[in-house]
Amino acid sequence: MAELTYRDAVAAGIAQEMARDERVVFLGEDIGAAGGVFKATVGLFERFGPRRVRDTPISEQAIIGAAMGAAMTGLKPIAEIMFSDFFGVCWDMIANEIAKTRYMTNGQISLPLVIRTANGAGSRFGAQHSQSVENWAMAIPGLKVVAPSTPADVKALIAAAVRDPDPVIVFEHKSLYPIKGEVPDGETVDTLGTAKILRAGKDCTIAALALMVPRALEAAERLHAEDGIACEVIDVRSLVPLDTRTLLSSVGKTARLYTVEENPRLCGWGAEIASIVAEEGFWSLDAPIVRITTPHIPLPAADALEDATIPSVERIVETVRRTMG
Amino acid sequence: MTALDQPRPVSVADDDIGREKRLRMFRLLLELRLTEKRAYDLFLQNLVKGTSHLSLGQEAVAAGFALGMRRDDYTFCTYRGHAHTLARGVSMTGVLGELMGRECGVTGGKGGSMHLTSVEHGAMGSYAIIGAHLPVACGAAWSAQYRGTDQVTVCFFGDGTTNIGTFHEALNFAVIWKLPVVFVCENNLYMEYTPIGTVTAVEHPAADRAAAYGLPRVIVDGNDADAVFRTASQAFARARAGEGPALIEAMTYRHSGHSRADPAQYRPKGELEQWLQRDPIKIYRERLVSLGFAETDLGAIEADTERRVNEATEAAKASPPPPLSLIEKDVWADGGAAWRN
Ligand SMILES: Cc1ncc(C[n+]2csc(CCOP(=O)(O)OP(=O)(O)O)c2C)c(N)n1
Repeated sequence: MAELTYRDAVAAGIAQEMARDERVVFLGEDIGAAGGVFKATVGLFERFGPRRVRDTPISEQAIIGAAMGAAMTGLKPIAEIMFSDFFGVCWDMIANEIAKTRYMTNGQISLPLVIRTANGAGSRFGAQHSQSVENWAMAIPGLKVVAPSTPADVKALIAAAVRDPDPVIVFEHKSLYPIKGEVPDGETVDTLGTAKILRAGKDCTIAALALMVPRALEAAERLHAEDGIACEVIDVRSLVPLDTRTLLSSVGKTARLYTVEENPRLCGWGAEIASIVAEEGFWSLDAPIVRITTPHIPLPAADALEDATIPSVERIVETVRRTMG
Repeated sequence: MTALDQPRPVSVADDDIGREKRLRMFRLLLELRLTEKRAYDLFLQNLVKGTSHLSLGQEAVAAGFALGMRRDDYTFCTYRGHAHTLARGVSMTGVLGELMGRECGVTGGKGGSMHLTSVEHGAMGSYAIIGAHLPVACGAAWSAQYRGTDQVTVCFFGDGTTNIGTFHEALNFAVIWKLPVVFVCENNLYMEYTPIGTVTAVEHPAADRAAAYGLPRVIVDGNDADAVFRTASQAFARARAGEGPALIEAMTYRHSGHSRADPAQYRPKGELEQWLQRDPIKIYRERLVSLGFAETDLGAIEADTERRVNEATEAAKASPPPPLSLIEKDVWADGGAAWRN
C-alpha cells in the first residue's frame, strides 16, 4: 500500500492501462509535457512518449470525435476534457454520436473509449468552471458514468473504464485531487456498477457521490457522536450502471434515505435514486426521502457564496437531525 | 504548387484508366442512380418512410472515390449517404430494406436512411448532424496511422458543412497530426434550401479555405467520374505515403430537392436543365462510346443493373419488419440495454 494523492492515482491508473495494452492512447489539451492543468497526468508523456500521449489543440469536438473514430477502428482511447463544463462544447459528439452509435448500427460498432474530466466546485472558479454535470451524461442512453471519491477508487475505476467495451465517462472531482489515501500496490482494477457501503448503520441511509462522500462520512461521525444516530453511508460511485441492489437493501434495513449531491436541484441523480426507492422500496420506508442538493442556480464564485451553495457537513448533519425527529 | 493543385486534364483519348475499370465505373454509376430512383418510387408508394436525401446527379463523386479505394479503407458520409454506402459494395437489398424499415436492412431497421453503416465494407457510418463525422474520420485515420496499416479514410460532406466549427477543428487536427484522411466537399451549390454563396464568405467554401490549414486548393469537376477518380487516386497515394490529408472540393449538383419533402422551387429557372446536360451518367456513357465501347455491352450493363435493382426491391419487400426484440438490443456491448443491476 502506498499513500497517493487522488491526482497521482489518476496518473497511476492511466499508466497501468497504457503499460498493459498498446492500444490504449491518451489525448487532450496540455496533457503531455505540461502534465495536465490539474497535474493529474504527470509523468505519462515522459514514460509513453508523444505517439501515445498526445497534446491536442483547443478543439473539444475534435478530441472527442477523434477518440470515437479511433475506438471504432481498433484503439482504446482515453480523452481528457479539461473541465466538465466544456462538455457543452462537444456535447454533440458525446450525446449524439458516441452514445448512439452502437445502437444505431445494430451492434456493428463498439466504442471502447474513456472520457475523463474534472468536475465539481470548491475552487472559486465561478459558474463556467465549477459545475457537476454527471446528470447530463446520465440522461443519455449509451454512456456509462462513474465518479470516484478516493485515490484507490479513481485508479481502479479508470482501469475498469479502459477495459470496458463501452464508452465510459469518468468524473474526477477537482476538490479531491489533493486528498491522500491508501492505494494498493500493483495492478488494480475495479468493477463498474458497484456502490460501496463505507459505514454501516441502522437508522438511515445516506447515498453520496464524489466530494459529497467524505462530507457524508464526516456528518455520519458527528451524528453518531452527538445524537446517537447510526447512518449507513453509501458511496454510489457509478451512476450508469447503477447499483440499485445495494441501495434498496440498505434502505430495507434503515427505512430512511438521504441523497447528497452537488448538482442543481432539478433532475439530479438523487432524484432518480429517490424515484427508484419510492417505486420499489416504498413499503420499507418510514419517512419521506430527503434530497440534499445545491439550489437550482448557477454556481457563484465568492468563498462565502460557493460554500453556502454546495452541501456542507453542517447542512447534512442539520438536515438529518431535523428530519429524523 | 503540388500535383494535387492541377488535376490532370481529362481527354477522351487518354485511357490510362483501362477498360475493366471503366466498365466497373459505368456499372457503379448506374447502380447508384437506379437504386436511388427506386427509393423515390418506393417513397411514392409509401413503402419508404421517414425522410430520405437523394444524391441523384452527384453519383460521380461517390463512384470516382470508391473506385480508387482499397477494400480495407474507411468511408464516412452524411445523411445523403445512399450512394457512398452502395459504392463500397453494400447490397442494394440491404440499403432498400433499411429505407423500408425491414429486417434485411443494413442496420436491421434501427438506423434508417440517414444512418446506413456496414463496417464489413468499411462504410463506417452516415452522420446526420452536420459536420460531426469530420473529427470522427480524423480518429479513424489516426488509428490507421498508429497501427501502421496505410489505410486511407475518406470523409464526404456538403458545402454547407464548411461553415460549422467541426470542419475547421477537423482540418487543423488532421494537418498537425499528418493524418491519412481525405476530406471531400461535394459542392452541390445549396446547403439546405439556401444557395451556399449567400451564406459563405468565399466563392469555393472548401477549396478557398484550404490554405488556412496549409493545404493545396483542389477543385475537381464532380460530374466527371474519371476526373474524380484521378484526383482521388493522387490524394490516396499521398496519404498512404505518409504525406497527410487532402481537402478536395468537387463541383456538382443535386437533381432533386434537399430531401423528399422539398420540391426545390428556390432554384433559378433553367439551372437544373443546364446541369442535366452535364449529367454524370450521360457524360460517362458518351465517353465510353467515343472510346469505342460497344453499344450492346453498355446496353447489357444497363439491363442487368435494372434487373438487379428489381430483384433487390422484391427481396427487400419480402423481408419482414424487424423483430421487436431489437428495441432493447445493443445499447451496450453485452448486447442489452440494462442500466442497473
Ligand atoms: C448541426 C446541424 N444543423 C442543421 C441541420 C439541418 N440540416 C440538415 S441537412 C442541412 C444542409 C446541409 O448542407 P450541405 O452540407 O451542403 O449538404 P448537402 O445536403 O448539400 O449534401 C441542414 C442545415 C443538421 N442536420 N445538423
